[in-house]
Amino acid sequence: MPLPPDGLLTLTPQGLYCPAAEAWIDPWRPVPRALLTHAHADHARPGSGRYWAVASSEGILRRRLGSGIALLPVEYGQRLRIGGARVSFHSAGHVLGSAQILVEAGGERWLVSGDYKRCADPSCEAFAPVTADVCITEATFALPIYRWRPGREVAAEVLAWWRSAPDRPSLLFAYAFGKAQRLLAELALLGVADEILLHGAVEALMDPYREAGVQLPPTRPLTSVARGESLAGRLVIAPPAAQHSPWMQRFRRPQTAFVSGWMAVRGARRRRGVERGFVLSDHADWPGLLQTVRETGARQVYVTHGQSDSLSRYLREHEGVAAEALEGDFVVERGDVERGDADRADADHGDAGNADLLPVV
Amino acid sequence: MQTFCRLYEQLDCTTATGGRVRLLTAYFAAAAPVDAAWALHCLLGRQRRRLITGRRLREICLEGCGLPAWLVDDCHAQVGDSAETVALLWNRQRPDPTASRAALPLHVWMEQILPPLATVARGDQGEGPSQAAAVHDLWCELAPAELLVVNKLLTGGFRVGVGPGLVLQALAAFSGLEVSLLQHRLMGGFVPSSMAWRDLLAPAGAGGSAASSPYPFFLASPLPSPAAGGAPLPGSPDGWLVEWKWDGIRGQLIHRAGQTFLWSRGEELINPAFPELVAAAAAHLPAGTVLDGEVLVWPAGATQPAPFHQLQRRLGRKAPGARLLADCPAVFVAYDLLEMDGDDWRERPLGQRRAGLEALLPAAAAETTDGPGCRLRLSPALALAFWDDLECLRRQAAAAGAEGLMLKDLGSPYRAGRRRGSWWKHKREPHTLDAVLLYAQAGSGRRANLYTDYTFGLWDGDPAADGGPQLVPFAKAYSGLDDGEIRELDRWIRRHTRERFGPVRAVEPLQVFELAFEGLQPSSRHRSGIAVRFPRIARWRRDKPAAEADSLASARALLEVSPDAG
Repeated sequence: MPLPPDGLLTLTPQGLYCPAAEAWIDPWRPVPRALLTHAHADHARPGSGRYWAVASSEGILRRRLGSGIALLPVEYGQRLRIGGARVSFHSAGHVLGSAQILVEAGGERWLVSGDYKRCADPSCEAFAPVTADVCITEATFALPIYRWRPGREVAAEVLAWWRSAPDRPSLLFAYAFGKAQRLLAELALLGVADEILLHGAVEALMDPYREAGVQLPPTRPLTSVARGESLAGRLVIAPPAAQHSPWMQRFRRPQTAFVSGWMAVRGARRRRGVERGFVLSDHADWPGLLQTVRETGARQVYVTHGQSDSLSRYLREHEGVAAEALEGDFVVERGDVERGDADRADADHGDAGNADLLPVV
Repeated sequence: MQTFCRLYEQLDCTTATGGRVRLLTAYFAAAAPVDAAWALHCLLGRQRRRLITGRRLREICLEGCGLPAWLVDDCHAQVGDSAETVALLWNRQRPDPTASRAALPLHVWMEQILPPLATVARGDQGEGPSQAAAVHDLWCELAPAELLVVNKLLTGGFRVGVGPGLVLQALAAFSGLEVSLLQHRLMGGFVPSSMAWRDLLAPAGAGGSAASSPYPFFLASPLPSPAAGGAPLPGSPDGWLVEWKWDGIRGQLIHRAGQTFLWSRGEELINPAFPELVAAAAAHLPAGTVLDGEVLVWPAGATQPAPFHQLQRRLGRKAPGARLLADCPAVFVAYDLLEMDGDDWRERPLGQRRAGLEALLPAAAAETTDGPGCRLRLSPALALAFWDDLECLRRQAAAAGAEGLMLKDLGSPYRAGRRRGSWWKHKREPHTLDAVLLYAQAGSGRRANLYTDYTFGLWDGDPAADGGPQLVPFAKAYSGLDDGEIRELDRWIRRHTRERFGPVRAVEPLQVFELAFEGLQPSSRHRSGIAVRFPRIARWRRDKPAAEADSLASARALLEVSPDAG
């Protein structure tokens, strides 16, 4: 289902386009003006002329897209005039600096949710509900089997898992940008003060979080630990792509776990080949998606990413909302992706394949 | 029950073999004998009865969760397992631990709580509201992890990713008994009880086994391809017994203490299905004899056995009628002698066992065309002078109505289970056809949410007729692609879906695959008129356009025809 040709937003080969602002939202290819919901690689791509994004994501964006990009930092809630449209960014609760983007023109309000979640997350700003006439929502985890428990509870499980193995290294795989810092922040809240070791890809993103005032336990790059020094009893956080790489040779008999919403399903965990799966996601779960759509009050909903057919059908048939799945080159994150699929889930979260394994300077 | 659930959880998050064995050993040591017996029964996957089907379990969930049926189906497609789907969807309040039956021991669950849930269904109202209510009540008492285990016990599909070998290894470590002894004691129906547990773990040599008790089957491994120019096996062919690999069902025929028992490899007593074999053994075998062999349908006077589908007509029949007995007469083709005069012969070398077998069943019996003696036959030893002739011999298997060859080390004992080295199977080359991918469905377990269950079609119809030839569904295949190919095909399927029918996607008919299979049989239940045995993907034919895939006519040319039907 395409967007109507006369709407505030249309779909072009470059991605979602707002004719009134002459700007694209999270464009797939280089464009003159790009409005970014957040800094994950499937939303923030290099090469565009000028970017608008939330100020707290600036540090990460410059690391990823180049320090010289033309970036206009925006505060949450600030209403910008871009071309003939009013554009504002509202917290999405997904990762540091993530936003929903609201476009207003001709008396209509269109909301692009980007990626979002409703659960509490000490590493980023909380989700802010926004009303709109038309809403474009994600649907990564849009099935009722996905219902999240509070991050605090999951972090407590991770902590218990780590403490249960004082004689082995505990190797935890988590997306390098967002998930890793959220978990660290939760651990800090649980009173963890021991030093945690980080893979280079995770370490590279710590400064922006510390600059944003997020409370984190002490961390140190694994590369700074002398070879031969025992890692028993240490917690190491690494991106998923490291799991099948030579980087693993560093560890003797590690216990391994993966932190992701996909771990809710046993088969997905077994495909990953890790011992433990901790269910923690930065996307909205089924109740979170329904709540969000209801709170927008939107009369028309378009659904992208993942289980878009299931969510749109449910909204139509059971919530009385006009809803359609939106076809396009939206990168769909799925739980079953392994090494070699750098263009898929890992890349979605900036952990682009092998590049991820290089120490970031 | 909670202890067993915890064992399940711990096994599920332990990948190291040593760790799993330790968990199992600790459980066996701590559990009450009757609970340990039930746990063993479940862990070995010996639950025969499916108390409730996965589909029914999802229906019951549907009635209580307030979700539309299509959404539960979508969830099931994502999860790939009914028991787990229900456990994830059934999100009630945390149960009150004081009111929950979860703390009751495993045997109470297996003997008293779960079985009635199945009979509620068969009672007055069929699979009616009373069953749903009883299951709902149970679910409300369980925490999510317990819910998963209970659902798996209900659907009879209890698997933890711990194979029987590992469970037996743990039991051996716990009891100090040999794995092979445990295997033997577990044969022929282990009914969980504290007594059964005690008998199972009794010191070696203690107690006699029941007259019905079969030996564990020895299983052959596929013959590895020899290095170029090298011999396939060590030594000269003289050291090996070469036989046809029969295409029937493996059986163990026991005649002891005036009683006769025919066991299948699945450890089911199949006496009722094959009364003529039971009668022949009773009449012709001396007391204290155990034979290993193959059950086949073999019409009198035919030079080769009937195709497998004729045997299928006999399987599972409680009391076959006279007509079926006449149409599909069974024989037992013996190839090993495990017990003679009540003595266990398994440690003796095969050469000696074979000589005993030949003395018992004179080769002439194979030639006899009537009389009860022809029911018990000797699997002929084939002559092979040089390894170079092996391929030539294998190619004759089809003409003999066999699946290929067996090669057995004449000096070897009869072992238990699949142990490499002394029994090899060397199957004939499979048939192949090039077919077009038509439909795909998500797999289950490890393959949930990946499109891995494929349906393939062949061309049918006259190219000159209206609309030209059509693709007719012909076979389903699940295996043969590697992980990389599976992921690539999964992505292709998602991008080239033409239509969706619930969890099934119809795709553009563009991809061609070479399918290998063991044989084709006529079938009135399949639209193509053909049933395919053991189809699997041999190759992804990226080079081949769909128009060049094979036709149904070429498949029909491969149909197996019963020898008596000409």
